[in-house]
Amino acid sequence: MNKLSLIHARDGLKKRKFSSVELVKSCLDQIVKHDKKIHAFLHINSEALSQAQKADVTLPLGGIPVAVKDNFLTIGMPTTASSKVLDEYLPHYESTVTQKLIEAGAIILGKTNMDAWAHGSSTETSDYGSTKNPWNTDYLPGGSSGGSAAAIAADMCTAAIGSETAGSIRQPAAWCGATGFKPTYGRVSRYGVIAMASSTDSPGPITKTVEDAALLTQIIAGHDPFDATTSPLPVPTYSISMHLRAKHLRIGIPKEYLDVMQPEAKKLVLEAVNKLTELGHKVEETSLIHPKYSIGVYTIVQRSEVSSNLARYDGIRYGRDRTYFGDEAKRRIMLGTYALSSGYYDQYYSKAQKLRTLIIQDFHSAFHKYDLLIDPASPGPALKVGATANEPMFGEMQDVLVEPSSIAGLTGVSIPCGFISGLPISFGLIGTQFSESLVLQIANQFQLATNWHLQKPNI
Amino acid sequence: MTSWQPVIGFEVHIELATNSKMFCGCPADHFGKPPNTQTCPVCLGLPGALPVPNAKAIEWCIKLGLALGCQINLTSKFDRKNYFYPDLPKGYQISQYDQPFCHHGELLGHKITRVHLEEDTGKLLHQAGKTLIDFNRSGVPLVEVVTEPDFESVQDSDVFLKELQSIIRTLKISAADMEKGSMRLEANISVRPTNSADLPNYKVEIKNVNSFRFIKKAIEFEITRQSRLLESGVNPKQETRGFSETKGETVGQRSKEAAHDYRYFPEPDIPPIQFTTEQIETWRSQLPKLPSRIRQDLLNLGLSENYVKIIAADEKMFNEFMKKPSKANADSIVNKRPSKSESSFPSSEDTRSVAERVIAANPKAIADIKAGKIQVMGFLLGQIKKELGNIDVPLTQKLINVIIASC
Repeated sequence: MNKLSLIHARDGLKKRKFSSVELVKSCLDQIVKHDKKIHAFLHINSEALSQAQKADVTLPLGGIPVAVKDNFLTIGMPTTASSKVLDEYLPHYESTVTQKLIEAGAIILGKTNMDAWAHGSSTETSDYGSTKNPWNTDYLPGGSSGGSAAAIAADMCTAAIGSETAGSIRQPAAWCGATGFKPTYGRVSRYGVIAMASSTDSPGPITKTVEDAALLTQIIAGHDPFDATTSPLPVPTYSISMHLRAKHLRIGIPKEYLDVMQPEAKKLVLEAVNKLTELGHKVEETSLIHPKYSIGVYTIVQRSEVSSNLARYDGIRYGRDRTYFGDEAKRRIMLGTYALSSGYYDQYYSKAQKLRTLIIQDFHSAFHKYDLLIDPASPGPALKVGATANEPMFGEMQDVLVEPSSIAGLTGVSIPCGFISGLPISFGLIGTQFSESLVLQIANQFQLATNWHLQKPNI
Repeated sequence: MTSWQPVIGFEVHIELATNSKMFCGCPADHFGKPPNTQTCPVCLGLPGALPVPNAKAIEWCIKLGLALGCQINLTSKFDRKNYFYPDLPKGYQISQYDQPFCHHGELLGHKITRVHLEEDTGKLLHQAGKTLIDFNRSGVPLVEVVTEPDFESVQDSDVFLKELQSIIRTLKISAADMEKGSMRLEANISVRPTNSADLPNYKVEIKNVNSFRFIKKAIEFEITRQSRLLESGVNPKQETRGFSETKGETVGQRSKEAAHDYRYFPEPDIPPIQFTTEQIETWRSQLPKLPSRIRQDLLNLGLSENYVKIIAADEKMFNEFMKKPSKANADSIVNKRPSKSESSFPSSEDTRSVAERVIAANPKAIADIKAGKIQVMGFLLGQIKKELGNIDVPLTQKLINVIIASC
C-alpha cells in the first residue's frame, strides 16, 4: 500500500478499499524497517496514526501521508533545516504550504533530512548525518531535498514536499529516480520556509509520478497575503490541465547543456528526446548562454542572500549560539558578506545581477521560438557517499544544469529516463514562467509512454 | 582672529501613525503597551517569516515627500541594511538605499536630500544589570527625512524643525511627538571659517535629543566646543555625541572614524514598487493646505503676523476663523483663548525633563510628598520655576505627581 502513487492511494481511500490508518501504518512500517539504513527522516509525527483515524477522505488529500522537508515550519514538530543551531526548535506558526496540505486533509508523516540550511546537493552537510540513496546505499541521494527524494524512492510515504533554490528538488529526484517538480518562483508561497536564497527559493513536490506532482502543486500553489513575491495569477487545476493533449510542440535542446553531460547519461537523455519526437513533438538543437556562467551568478547572489538570511540566528534567540553553524554555512556566510561589502558590491553582486538579467533575456528569446526546453537535472547519476569532502563547490558543479532556470525563476520537471549501473538517470523539461500546465502535460505524456518512473529499488 | 560658522544638517525620523506596522498586521501604536504584546512571526524575525509592505505607509511617506517639494521615484524598492544589534531581530533593517521614494525637495530654503521609508527597531530596557528586549516597536513604519548640510544658524534650524513638525501634523500622518519618540532628531554639526565654502573634513553627530529646546542647546554647545578646539589648532573628532540635559552639554558616545559597512542589497522578499504619474498626482491633489500656505492666506486676509502665528498653529482656531474670516473674528478667537500667555509656557516635554531632574536632585522631597507633606510641592515648583521661568502650575504639579508615583 505504501508503494501506491498519490493518485492511486487517493482512489483507494475514496473507494474505501483501505483506510488512511492502514496506509499511514504501511508507510510507518517501511520507515521502521529501512530508515536506519536510509535516514530519510529526522522526525516522525507521533500523531500521524491518530490523525489518520480522523481523516476525511472526501478532501482532496484526505488521509494521504505526506513527508515534508525539515525547512518547512510545522507546529508541534521540531523544525531544524538540519542545522543544530535550531536543534529541537518548535515553531510558533505553520508554513503556508503545510497549512494548505493539512487543510486539504493530508497527514504530515514527518520531517525529512536535508543539507543543513539547504546548503548543498548531497544531504551530506546535514548536522544529523547523511541520507543514503535507496537504489544503492553507497551512493548519495542528492540534495538539498535528499530526504524527501529518498523517502519517495523507498516508498516510505505517498508524496513528499521539497524546496528548490537551484536544483534542490530536481537533482535529488533525479538521483533517486523520483519525479521532481519545481514550480515558477512565486507560484508557491515561501511563508514559513526557512529562507536559503530568498530570490530563488521555490517549494514544490517530489512524487512517484507527474500526475501526483500536478495534484500536489495545485493544492500548495497560489497567492499568499503573507508572501509579497507570490503571484496573483489564478492557479489552474493542474490535475486536469495536465491531461490536455498538447501536440506538435516545439522543444529546444540547448547544445551547451548536453555538452556538460556525461556521455552515458547524455545517451539516455537523447533516447528520451526521441520518445518525445515519437509522441509528435518537434525537437531541435538550439543554443543558450553556457550554463557555466550561471554558476558564478548563482553563487554570488545565493551566498549574499544567505549571509543576510542567517544573521537572525545570532545566539540571542533559539537557544544555540553561532558555533553550531557547520563549515558549509560558515563558508557561505563569509563569502556572501565579502561579496556585499563596500567596494566589492559593484564588482560582485551588482555584476551578478546584470548577468542574471542577460540569462533571463536569453530564456525569453528561447521561449519565443520554443514551447519548452530540455534541461536534465544532473550531468550524471548519483555520486558516492563522501564525494563532497573537500569540494566546497560540489553543489554548484552538480547543479550546473538547473542553475540557469532557477535564477531565471522558471518552472521545470525532472523525470526518470533510464539507469546506469543500477542508478537512475533523469531528463528534464523547463518552461517559461507560469507554464506549469504545459511542462506537466509533456512530462505526463512521457510517463504514459514509458515505465522508468515505475521502477522500484530493491531495499 | 578667524571667525567661525557652523555647518548643520539633519536626519529626522518620524514614526507613522498607521493602524498596522510596516510589514505585518500588528498594531503600530506601541506607546505604553505591555512589552511584547504586539508582536508576530514577522516583526520578531522568526525563521521563515516574510515582510509584506504596508501600502498606507508608502502613501504617507510619498505625501510627506510631496509636501516637502520632493521629486518622486516612479520605480523604487526596499533594501536590506545589515548590522547586528540585539533590538534588530532579523540582523538587518528593511530600509531604502539608492532609490528612496522621494528625493530633491526643499523647505524654507533648505534642501531636502531624501525622504525614505524603513522599519523601527525593538527597544532595549536595561534593568537591574540585565537587558530586556521589547519588540512592540519592532517593525513600526519610520520615515526618515534627510537634509543637506546647509544650515548656518541655530535659529534657522529651529524654525525649520518646527515647520517640519507642523507639516507632519497637518498631514495627520504622525503625532510627531518628540517626548514619546514619534519624532526623533539627529543633527550633524561641524564648524568652518566664515570665509570658507568647503565642507569640513569631519562631522559630529548628535543623537537622542528629545525636544526642540535641547537640540538648540546641544547645537549651541557644539558650535562653541568645536570653535574653541579649532581655535586651539585641534581638529574636532568625528564622533557621535549625546546630550546631557542635567549638564546642558554634549557628551561623547562612540567614535565614528570608520564608517559602518551595512552591506546594503535589494530586499529580495519585496518586489520593486512601481508608481504611475497619475497615482502620484492623485496623492498630490489630496494634500491638505500646508502651514506656509495657511499663513500666507491669513496674511493676505490682513491679519497681523502675530495673529497669523497664533491662528495658523492651531487647527481648531484656524477652522473657527475660516468660518468668518474677518479681523473682528480673529480678535475674538485669539482673546477667547483660555490663557493668553499659554504659548509662552515651556512645552510639557521640557517641563517634564526639568521636573525629573529637580526631583532626582531632591530625594528627600519624594519621601516627604509620599508621606503626605504637600507643602514640599511648593518647593519643587519653585525649583522648576527657577529654571524655566513662567510655568503652567497645574500641569507641572500633575507631572510631579506622576514622576513621584513612579519613583
